[in-house]
Amino acid sequence: MSEMSMSMEAATMQPQLRDVPAVRMEAVYKHYGDFTALNQVDLKVARGEKIVVCGPSGSGKSTLIRCINHIEKHDEGLIFVNGVELDHQRKNIDAVRRDTGMVFQSFNLFPHMTVLENCTLAPMTANGMSEAEAKDLAMHFLTKVRIPDQAEKFPGQLSGGQQQRVAIARALCMRPKIMLFDEPTSALDPEMVKEVLETMKKLAEEGMTMLCVTHEMGFAREVADRIVFMNEGKVVEQAAPEEFFKHPKSERARTFLDQIIH
Amino acid sequence: MSHFSPTAAVSYFFNYFLMKGVLVTIGLTVAAVVGGLILGMGIALLRMSSNPVLAGAARFYIWFFRGTPLLIQLVVIYSGLPQLGIKFSVITCALVGLILNEAAYLAEIVRSGFMAVSAGQREAAWALSLSPWVTFRRVTLPQAFRLMIPPLGNSINSLLKATSLASVISVEELMRRSDMLMQEHFQILEVYAAATAYYLILTSVWDAVQRRLEKHFGRSSAAKTRRVATSAPVAPASVEARA
Repeated sequence: MSEMSMSMEAATMQPQLRDVPAVRMEAVYKHYGDFTALNQVDLKVARGEKIVVCGPSGSGKSTLIRCINHIEKHDEGLIFVNGVELDHQRKNIDAVRRDTGMVFQSFNLFPHMTVLENCTLAPMTANGMSEAEAKDLAMHFLTKVRIPDQAEKFPGQLSGGQQQRVAIARALCMRPKIMLFDEPTSALDPEMVKEVLETMKKLAEEGMTMLCVTHEMGFAREVADRIVFMNEGKVVEQAAPEEFFKHPKSERARTFLDQIIH
Repeated sequence: MSHFSPTAAVSYFFNYFLMKGVLVTIGLTVAAVVGGLILGMGIALLRMSSNPVLAGAARFYIWFFRGTPLLIQLVVIYSGLPQLGIKFSVITCALVGLILNEAAYLAEIVRSGFMAVSAGQREAAWALSLSPWVTFRRVTLPQAFRLMIPPLGNSINSLLKATSLASVISVEELMRRSDMLMQEHFQILEVYAAATAYYLILTSVWDAVQRRLEKHFGRSSAAKTRRVATSAPVAPASVEARA
């Protein structure tokens, strides 16, 4: 066997990871009974790219990012995450979930565990990390989100902004390659929005691939590489923030921006 | 016999024969709770399953055992089944009846506990790649259990007293042995005063245990914020008295 065929084989088995998009969706549909939540959605996200998904409520933004880690099952179409197809097979779903971290609107911290336990549970049980290692890792990320001093508290003893930062640290403890944010600041009191957005900005600066459903247009303008605007389950337009805010192409995006930018 | 003799009541309280009946009552209760919880957990899982046949079977079971008196269930198991050639010892009959009956109540309590744990908790566990077992064992079960304690306590309290129905099929527990003493000595009030005291002691001890459990499992929820909807209101588990 020649060297050449060996290297070709290696090339087919390990495609150049750089070229594989972080997320690729092709003609994805999702229905809830008669309601079409996702209507032929195509989306490609490159590694390191920061995407902000926006649109009116019920437009399918949350469904879109919840399909990416299979918390929601898509009905038709193809979804690839880092080259792994989400075809409803257990092992592929597991692989995709290991690559993605998710932050929810309502935090979804485990209320019966301390902040530290929230962060160490998955590394210890899903990654087989020792308790000492997992604690070090958790403290590393809790320090990063600037709440290492709250490690022994229960989520219920923290403010909303602190809880959401814990949720971000908890997700990071699994060392995801892609972070999904589902309206991370929508449940927060106004004065706590900033601390969460700052944390997300820091993450973006470090090169994390991010998909973020949010109404924070200031954040979008500053951080996003691309804005994806959705309406009625469809991706209506996508453009760089400057382009999108200044010259929205669709009528729907124009009225949407008129409504939310005061 | 127009008087009540406190000394006789006290002597019945310390009667060795009656005390052994108390032990049988405790044994029946503990066995029925353990058996009922295991069976009830299984029935609750079936009831929550997406398979309509399994869910329907569980629903039927709960409807049947909660809809008929425990007394009839015990008598049918003890005197009725032998007609079909199925015979158990007295104590087995009592245990089978109590467990089958208790499981129906506990299944509903278990189910309401699990349903009150918000979907977001499960989603967070999936997103973190937790296995189904870890999700159940570390995330949903502890939260569901905390919500189950108050109705569970109620059900166990009423079970403790319901074991007295086993006296009808001649299980020599506290009630039956009180009857036997009463028929021997005709000191009705004195014997039943002793039995009543025992039942009160047992239920009080259980109350104290329940309070400690609630305190232990409720420690983290004391300062829950308004926004995190982690504890949706528990559907009131119906724990009406059995007889």
